[in-house]
Amino acid sequence: MLDLRVRHGFDGFTLDAGFAAADGVTALFGRSGSGKTTLVNAVAGLLRPQAGRIALEDTVLFDSARGIDRPPHRRCIGYVFQDARLFPHMTVQQNLTYGRRFAGRGAVSQSRGVALARIVELLGLGDRLHRLPAALSGGEKQRVALGRAILSDPRLLLMDEPLAALDEPRKAEILTYLERLRDETRVPILYVSHSVAEIARLATTVVLMDRGRVVMAGPAEQVLSDPDAAPALGLREAGAIITARLEGHDTDGLSRLRSPAGLLWLPRVDAAAGALLRLRILAQDVMLATQAPVGISALNVLPMTVASVRTGDGPGALVQVQSGDMRLLARVTNRSARALGLAPGQAVFAVLKAVSVARGDIAGALSGPAAPPPGQADILGS
Amino acid sequence: MSDWLSQAEWQAVVLSLRVAFWAALLGLPPALLVAHALARWRFPGKALLNGVVHLPLILPPVVTGYLLLIGFGRRGPIGALLEDWFGIVLAFRWTGAVLAAGIMAFPLTVRAIRLAIESVDPRLEQAAATLGANRVRVFATVTLPLILPGILAGVVLGFAKAMGEFGATITFVSNIPGQTQTLPSAIYAFLQVPGGEAQALRLVGVAVAVSMTALLVSEWLARRVARRIGQDHGGRDA
Repeated sequence: MLDLRVRHGFDGFTLDAGFAAADGVTALFGRSGSGKTTLVNAVAGLLRPQAGRIALEDTVLFDSARGIDRPPHRRCIGYVFQDARLFPHMTVQQNLTYGRRFAGRGAVSQSRGVALARIVELLGLGDRLHRLPAALSGGEKQRVALGRAILSDPRLLLMDEPLAALDEPRKAEILTYLERLRDETRVPILYVSHSVAEIARLATTVVLMDRGRVVMAGPAEQVLSDPDAAPALGLREAGAIITARLEGHDTDGLSRLRSPAGLLWLPRVDAAAGALLRLRILAQDVMLATQAPVGISALNVLPMTVASVRTGDGPGALVQVQSGDMRLLARVTNRSARALGLAPGQAVFAVLKAVSVARGDIAGALSGPAAPPPGQADILGS
Repeated sequence: MSDWLSQAEWQAVVLSLRVAFWAALLGLPPALLVAHALARWRFPGKALLNGVVHLPLILPPVVTGYLLLIGFGRRGPIGALLEDWFGIVLAFRWTGAVLAAGIMAFPLTVRAIRLAIESVDPRLEQAAATLGANRVRVFATVTLPLILPGILAGVVLGFAKAMGEFGATITFVSNIPGQTQTLPSAIYAFLQVPGGEAQALRLVGVAVAVSMTALLVSEWLARRVARRIGQDHGGRDA
């Protein structure tokens, strides 16, 4: 577990943030300038904060009060930068094995021994091993950077917007590799991003930052479906994550999924029956009805209960509805919310068009040891 | 001895090559250190160090030579110590010529290497550090290979400068044929006697040939190194 509390001021900006991140992927989300990169650099040891304490498991990496500041090379923390930062004079293979030469030397390393062959296969780099970085595409460079960081046998992986410099197809490609890495290696990841879509796909835990402070932190499902987080996430991006099990494929091209609130039909999902899937459902794609709608084209109608209604300054309102521990977020107008008399505790039907869930918003759910049980996703907040 | 150079001329050429070789070689480690310090470190007195390193470039060479004589002469504070402790005498010896030429060449070598270091993206060095490399290893595995062309350029520049050094050398170690008479000193000496122009011209030819060869060899080496470290297509990974 990474446990940190950092204060650092520069150029009229003050970073004053603290949180604890359990295993899995902890996403640091915030606008540019909210202090995410500063925080991550402090964890890596590339920046010395003016005050604070950073500990990884029981190893103190930095403690201003006790004068501890472990240099970056002795922190056993892998870092994937936005720009791949491959060594231009080394081949792909030499880049990949660079950290390997030093792995196990730091006092903190536990040598998990990730095999080179395994990573090369996982990242699809087999036929690129003897090339120089200059001969690689942007996506390939980032894959090598990922592999290089993993192979240095880190106790924690930092990723600072690793997809930001890539175009959409490359992003999708790397996301798939990232999911594989997350699921197959057990290294906890601290992932900086300002893309809600990326976070919705990858994160177990979300830490929301704004102007140098942590404004909200918790399990991804909770934070992303929290109406109070929506302003920070951006209204267009607001949306809940739900977990559903794929039951089968119907003959008309739709897939049937079992969610805690009922059955869902979505355009054919590329996964085997029985797979646990993670879906992101945007608030603007969910309609609410107080009575079971009839004569409607939307296939998915789920009986749920209003949990909270948040009205802002604008004409819109965000309504969180839930059924068991599944939550959805619906974006409606204030006028509709008044007309329907929406209030917490009220029974409603959430209506979702089958076609509105984008392919990129469906991912394999966290499984195996990489995903901690909900109670273990331990977040202290700030 | 060859037909076209007299013994004295040969001695001058060989001595100059020897002096320049040692001056460039012995100057390289301190030049690397100073260049790295100036390019990458932050410490008090950095401007002063920069000034001192560049002093030989701006001072009249005679002044540098005279200061060497004061400091490293047999009765100078450093020269006396060297003689007492190690039995090393520099003044009026070819080793003194190495020191004089080395000091005159030093700022040129430092400048070339410093420029090369400054062109290496420090973010690559950060990346190496996060992968577990300490400062020495970062330098050896990332910085050094990337600045090799700059180092070569600096060494060749230093070698050429050392070959041609005259003022400081003649002031510090004089112009003793066979001992401290380097190529420029010999040319100067031949020009002082009537009828020495032909000898002087032959040596001028040698000087031009050696300098040109050094330059071409360094260009060729730098191109090879650049190709090997992959900087000729696409450059550094942005």
